[in-house]
Amino acid sequence: MLERKDLLGIEELSVEEIKTILDTAGAMREIMDREIKKVPTLRGRVVLNLFYEPSTRTRVSFELAAKHLSADAVSVSAGSSSVAKGEGLLDTTRTVAALGADVVVLRHPAAGAAAFLSRYTGASVINAGDGMHEHPTQALLDLYTIRERKGGIRGLSVAIIGDIAHSRVARSNIWGLTKFGAKIKVCGPATLIPPGMEKLGVQVFTGVEDALAGADVVYVLRLQRERFVQGLLPGVEEYARLYGINQERLNLANPDAIVMHPGPLNRGVEIGAAVADGPRAVITEQVANGVAIRMACLYLLRRRDKDDQTYH
Amino acid sequence: MTRLIIKGGTVVDPVNDRVYPADISIADGRIAAIGSGFSRRKGIMFIDARGCLVVPGLIDMHVHLREPGFEYKETIASGTAAAARGGFTAVCAMPNTRPVCDSAAMVHFVRKRALEAGYARVYPIGALTKESAGKELAPFGEMKTAGAVAFSDDGRWVADGNLMRRAMEYAGMLGTPVISHCEEPSLTAGGVMNEGFTATVLGLRGMPAAAEEAAVARDIILAELTGCRLHIAHVSTAGTVRLIREAKARGVKVTAESTPHHFTLTDEAVKGYDTNAKVNPPLRTAADVAAVKEGLADGTIDVIATDHAPHSREEKESEFDVAPFGMVGLETAVGLVMSELIEPGVLTLTQAVAKLTINPASILGLQFGVINEGSVADLTIIDPDRETRVDPAAFASQGKNTPFAGRLLKGVPVGTVVGGRWLAADAHGNDGITAGLEEVD
Repeated sequence: MLERKDLLGIEELSVEEIKTILDTAGAMREIMDREIKKVPTLRGRVVLNLFYEPSTRTRVSFELAAKHLSADAVSVSAGSSSVAKGEGLLDTTRTVAALGADVVVLRHPAAGAAAFLSRYTGASVINAGDGMHEHPTQALLDLYTIRERKGGIRGLSVAIIGDIAHSRVARSNIWGLTKFGAKIKVCGPATLIPPGMEKLGVQVFTGVEDALAGADVVYVLRLQRERFVQGLLPGVEEYARLYGINQERLNLANPDAIVMHPGPLNRGVEIGAAVADGPRAVITEQVANGVAIRMACLYLLRRRDKDDQTYH
Repeated sequence: MTRLIIKGGTVVDPVNDRVYPADISIADGRIAAIGSGFSRRKGIMFIDARGCLVVPGLIDMHVHLREPGFEYKETIASGTAAAARGGFTAVCAMPNTRPVCDSAAMVHFVRKRALEAGYARVYPIGALTKESAGKELAPFGEMKTAGAVAFSDDGRWVADGNLMRRAMEYAGMLGTPVISHCEEPSLTAGGVMNEGFTATVLGLRGMPAAAEEAAVARDIILAELTGCRLHIAHVSTAGTVRLIREAKARGVKVTAESTPHHFTLTDEAVKGYDTNAKVNPPLRTAADVAAVKEGLADGTIDVIATDHAPHSREEKESEFDVAPFGMVGLETAVGLVMSELIEPGVLTLTQAVAKLTINPASILGLQFGVINEGSVADLTIIDPDRETRVDPAAFASQGKNTPFAGRLLKGVPVGTVVGGRWLAADAHGNDGITAGLEEVD
């Protein structure tokens, strides 16, 4: 069990807590490999997936995780337009209470949204991405994947490449990887590197070759098209030329380096098709491990008081 | 005829840099005598000010009273009650109401409502451009005749450089200062807090110090060009302090204010997504706070003003991105000035009092800030040793949006005298403050 009500970010987790989640996810993977992928652990519990941003894979991953554990999973996809109008989150807290949810999985465009919700509800809140802040279950599944592939995390050289400024995935991974003693190099164009990165204990590069040299893990971030509209980048072709991870660049990394990506991919932009589909890529494993990580989080955050009621 | 004796207090005279024990007698709204051994007499209200400071009535030249248009946030009555409670005898009302205060009629309305409320004097600041839309000049002349003391499009920097130049030429002709909220909007677009490490970690969009400094630089240059008196509102960055210091050194007619929150808090107050710490300009870094204090100490920053910006609970109880900018300040200012500036020795008592009295009065052309026989009897009485914990629920302001809730402050306003009329700081239901007040009949 985790001694906390919510999972809001990797920043506040201890190494022991993260290890507990990763080890539990290992057991969950075993359930997923069974013919009948279902255990009764969370029977009678309600998991509410609240998605205020479009997301297919994270939502489906949480839904599957809840169903494997026999929870009743309900998904609500609210339009981003209602959020833009400033409607919503406080009212949402009341909806959550009325629905009797035990766990709320929240994806929201505003940083701090999960923390906000957690203050107003007795339910456990799992942050499934809040603005540019954190995406803890993504980082956990990435840590799980790296640990499984590399046998450990300490001392690994991890290059995170792309739009660092707008990436909650980058932030959560930086917290997690540094806690486990990995050496992190972040790399991207200067307009996509936020100020103060060095204070997080990472090295910052603008040249992709420098970041790739000697890397054990090459973590490629998705590039959103709106960055061009915002005037942060001159164009997609230039980005692909300067930062796209192709086979030639990948050869600068260690020979056994793995390539990761949180999805969905822009093939030919931040990652070449040959690399994405090549032997070094572990992108589909990340997706499968994601379900196991989310099962572990749902399981570990189940409320004690509720357990007591169940057995008396 | 109201008569009043304030006995046993320590008078603070910021003009002559003097702090001395004296009794003050007041008649017909003016200071009748300053001396010692004044005794109680029948028909004269008597205030025991032993252990207290008697300072010129405090002036807050940057307040949002929200009326008309946003009475759910604050009214002129509740805002001026908060002023009195916080020790202020006069406040300047910023024009960003609905409608915007951009006409003589609006200036009259604000003054009339303030007189009806009767807590503190209100001096309206007229809009710089019609509807503060940044397109056409507002009628400065008629607003000045109606009682406006300065012009500003607070909250919106006039991005059109030529329009700002003409506004400064016109206001300069009238001898009225222009107050500028310096923020180059293209550099802050979408930002909700100071750009830097804390914003990076929280995943919030940043507003760089350069956005403020670029605007300050332009406005200083236009002040130099036009000869208009320019007042820079809420200085928050080290670079702004440096720009103003250099401008003053070469004789530009520029003055500046900073706020209690900008000399007390850093952007780390935003951690936990506390929307009460969301303010514009944003809370900056420790280096900026230090520079603001230096600027206060060496006279670069002339004035302490609160930028009192009340909002409703519903507005602040939201996602950080969505919540409006602003925090209330009237009822915590005295405690923060005493605890953060005077107690640690950043400013002397008279320096600090000057920045709350004679300095804003001089900038605005008001006859306050002095304690002399014959001067208008606007006074503030402060107990410098009393400690209180900030309790927003007890505020007279409708706005409870403060990041200082629970903070222990030393130095409490006991009451104000406005035009010879005594107003205890507890006039709105707080207990225990009237202990010094005794009416003799």
